[in-house]
Amino acid sequence: MRNRQATQLLSELSHAGRRGAELPPSDVPEWPLEDLLPSEAMAAAPPRLPELAEPDVVRHFVNLSTLNMSVDTHFYPLGSCTMKYNPKRHERLSRLPGIVDVHPHQTAGNIQGLLELLYEMQEMLAEISGLPAVSLQPAAGAHGELTALFVAAAYFRDKGESRTKVIFPASAHGTNPASAAMAGFDCVELKGRSDGFVDIEELKQHLDDKTAVFMVTNPNTLGLFEREIAEIAKVVHDVGGLVYIDGANMNAIMGITRPGDFGGDMMHYNVHKTFTGPHGAGGPGSGPICVRDFLADYLPAPIVRQRDTGSDEKRFELATPSKTIGRVRSFFGNVGILVRGYCYLRTLGAAGVREAAEQAILNANYLKALLADVLPSAHGEHCLHEFVASADGLAKERGITAMDIAKRLLDYGFHPPTVYFPLVVPHAMMFEPTETESKATLDAFSDAIHKIVTEDADLLHTAPHSTPVSRPEEVNATRKPVLTWAACNKE
Amino acid sequence: MSYLFTTSDEQQQMLGRIGVDSLATLLDQIPTQLQLDRPLRMPPALTELELERHLRELASRNVGAASRVCFMGGGAYDHYIPSVVDEVTGRGEFYTAYTPYQAEASQGTLQAFFEFQSLIAELSGLDIANASLYDGGSGVAEAVLMAMRCTGRTGRVVVAGSVNPEAVQSVTTYLADQPTEVLVLPTRHGKVGVAELESYIDETTACIVIQHPNFFGELEDVEQIAAVAHQQGALLIHSFDPISVGLLKRPGELGADIAVAEGQALGVPLQFGGPYLGILACKKELVRKMPGRLIGQTVDRNGQRCFFLNLQAREQHIRRAGAMSNICTNQGLLALRATVYLSLLGPQGLKEVAELSCRKAHYAADRLKQIEGCELLFTGPFFKEFVLKYEHGADSAIRKAAAAGVDIGPMLSRFPNLNWLPQEVRDQCLLVAVTESRTKDEIDRLVTALA
Ligand SMILES: Cc1ncc(COP(=O)(O)O)c(C=O)c1O
Repeated sequence: MRNRQATQLLSELSHAGRRGAELPPSDVPEWPLEDLLPSEAMAAAPPRLPELAEPDVVRHFVNLSTLNMSVDTHFYPLGSCTMKYNPKRHERLSRLPGIVDVHPHQTAGNIQGLLELLYEMQEMLAEISGLPAVSLQPAAGAHGELTALFVAAAYFRDKGESRTKVIFPASAHGTNPASAAMAGFDCVELKGRSDGFVDIEELKQHLDDKTAVFMVTNPNTLGLFEREIAEIAKVVHDVGGLVYIDGANMNAIMGITRPGDFGGDMMHYNVHKTFTGPHGAGGPGSGPICVRDFLADYLPAPIVRQRDTGSDEKRFELATPSKTIGRVRSFFGNVGILVRGYCYLRTLGAAGVREAAEQAILNANYLKALLADVLPSAHGEHCLHEFVASADGLAKERGITAMDIAKRLLDYGFHPPTVYFPLVVPHAMMFEPTETESKATLDAFSDAIHKIVTEDADLLHTAPHSTPVSRPEEVNATRKPVLTWAACNKE
Repeated sequence: MSYLFTTSDEQQQMLGRIGVDSLATLLDQIPTQLQLDRPLRMPPALTELELERHLRELASRNVGAASRVCFMGGGAYDHYIPSVVDEVTGRGEFYTAYTPYQAEASQGTLQAFFEFQSLIAELSGLDIANASLYDGGSGVAEAVLMAMRCTGRTGRVVVAGSVNPEAVQSVTTYLADQPTEVLVLPTRHGKVGVAELESYIDETTACIVIQHPNFFGELEDVEQIAAVAHQQGALLIHSFDPISVGLLKRPGELGADIAVAEGQALGVPLQFGGPYLGILACKKELVRKMPGRLIGQTVDRNGQRCFFLNLQAREQHIRRAGAMSNICTNQGLLALRATVYLSLLGPQGLKEVAELSCRKAHYAADRLKQIEGCELLFTGPFFKEFVLKYEHGADSAIRKAAAAGVDIGPMLSRFPNLNWLPQEVRDQCLLVAVTESRTKDEIDRLVTALA
């Protein structure tokens, strides 16, 4: 049955005197609180939280959940995000006692099992990337970018070189320039070639002894492999710069080619994408970085090391790299997500990892072929794990935008692709079906798109028509933002 | 197994439709000389049954809080998590969704995060909270960068030595390549000396960062510190324990401009340090300088209330190099956990958790300091955590407690940047934290173990 529940806010559901949790009575001596805490520090009353009974809370959130589309319920071909199936075994295993309840300051001797898992994860990530030194600390892809740029900065500082520039193509994800700026670098954006690839001549014009890092996504955000990547890396290395590989698209190449083998010096993974995180409605992620051996000493602390015991007995310890940049967060990392990634890699094994990438490529090319007549892609005859089509033709002929198609897809029970990214394609629609979808799903999705493009333009401009809400008003809401329920009441 | 659902028949049909003979043709896009010419070196694939056996074996070699008595602190705490939190956030519609860019497909997430922002604004006593940052430590670093944007000052940042040392380290790392000087004010008496602070701050100082209750559990003189900051035109960043405001005044009431917190205590399991929940709230005039996502209320095409990602022009996907932060994926599911947790607790529940933790911590401190060789390092008022000085050494205290099935710590010697405390003191000292989950019997067990 379709959910038609009212969706009042928690504050509106609140009834004075209701409670959803009960605490046991105190079993220690009832010393007056005034003797424990200075009166000037004490609040007159606790914060005004809503007052709800347990069933109120459950029904509220379960009903809210039904207003979402998700991988568990819908095809979700959101480009660049790798919305693959999230295996349920990971949820159970990451909640095992001895994993879910381990305090982060627990001493190494008490967490040998966990350290072994994290060590093996470092090893597998190093092998898949072809880059030997790993930090599991960053919390997401963007955090990995930032961490690696701190590592690069520390490396150059240590060498006594003053390098101020980070270069990236216009097709780069927004986090690349944002991370570079945050790490204190000047940003240089390359236009790129009309076929979507990096223009080596253009790159060369910007390369000099001020160049710190060239950041590049490979396959790039058009889903195409930068065929000249080795040559690109060489020209960057020739001026003493480093090559950073944004690993958001590792799902296309894992087990087939490795960043370390095609010239990358540093990279991040998005464990929540490639290794089935899951995405959690916007996190948590995990963004481990892998770097070449000459950068290993700068990694954030701690990393997991295997100690030589001189026997078969394995011992693991937390170690601080000798020239560490310090840390980019509290505690070890997003371990809960790393455990899921570990489970995934152990389930697939070497052959499975490669198979997954191959099927992702097959699915993307199949969908690209199915849609080519209505949503052509300007770039590449074939693609890797995703492709960017353009609704520019439809926009010009019929006034139908990428957003219209995206919104209408919701009525057909599909999550839309990423739209208007990358910025280098007009009316971009970026499709990433992932390997865990069947041919039948891709066929049905293609049928829906083919139907949509023949539909009445007005119907599309006002779509979606079957979702809980349709087309939020953004202009006034941006001018006068209402960001809390307290602010709603003031309006 | 790689979760593939396509039969080889179907694969052939698909290749036919694409117009290639084999997958190899598609892989030709990758230059052959760059392709890996061997299988990856990875351990063999496991079935679900084997994987579970393997994970259980690994888990059995770890000491978890559930099988022990946990008095550990230092930024992560064994507060009780009601079952509703796991049940609700375990729904696939929440945890297998992406960031709510498509508002129509994400109203569940959007409304829950709007509620999260509202609850955090209330807890912090400030106007606006974002939809989460990575964690408490990186949150402090983000808050410092935000304060620099808000004040236009890049000369100096003053951080109290009583702030969580891992957060301090994050700030230092984030600012390593900026001209900004990071001054750490030693807090040898357990909290910030307000007079001394005045000598640390100048007219180029963007902010003062404090934690209250601080890393050592002690209370700071927040209002006086706020006055010092504001007199110089600097902002006060207050890192707080979201449980503490069940009893204590909120950052906004004490004069904070930006409040940050590690939200782990709000229904997030310990899981060896993450994923946790970064919280950031501020005064409303600072909102456009905030990092992270903000959910806003609006109306849809039919005039119905709904929610969407507002003020995106601050974010990396729009503003790129000029963004307020590079953050993209944040800690959504943990924000949801906190929202469910707080709606279960309500005002009375939060107060009781705070009160029980506080009372039990004081009982524990009182009993422990009567033991020969044990004393509290600091003597000021504290909330739920304190520094225990054990004359035979902190590691010996940890070992004795462990022998009785009790975990305490961390030792202060674990933190290299607490080096303003004498080495000898660091070697003897460790943190003890007490939450509502602990019983008097368990506290007595700890006392017996150390006696
Ligand atoms: C190409 C690319 N780079 C970087 C990122 C940032 O990753 P995260 O969201 O994990 O921070 C993304 C994710 O959206 C991406 O698609």
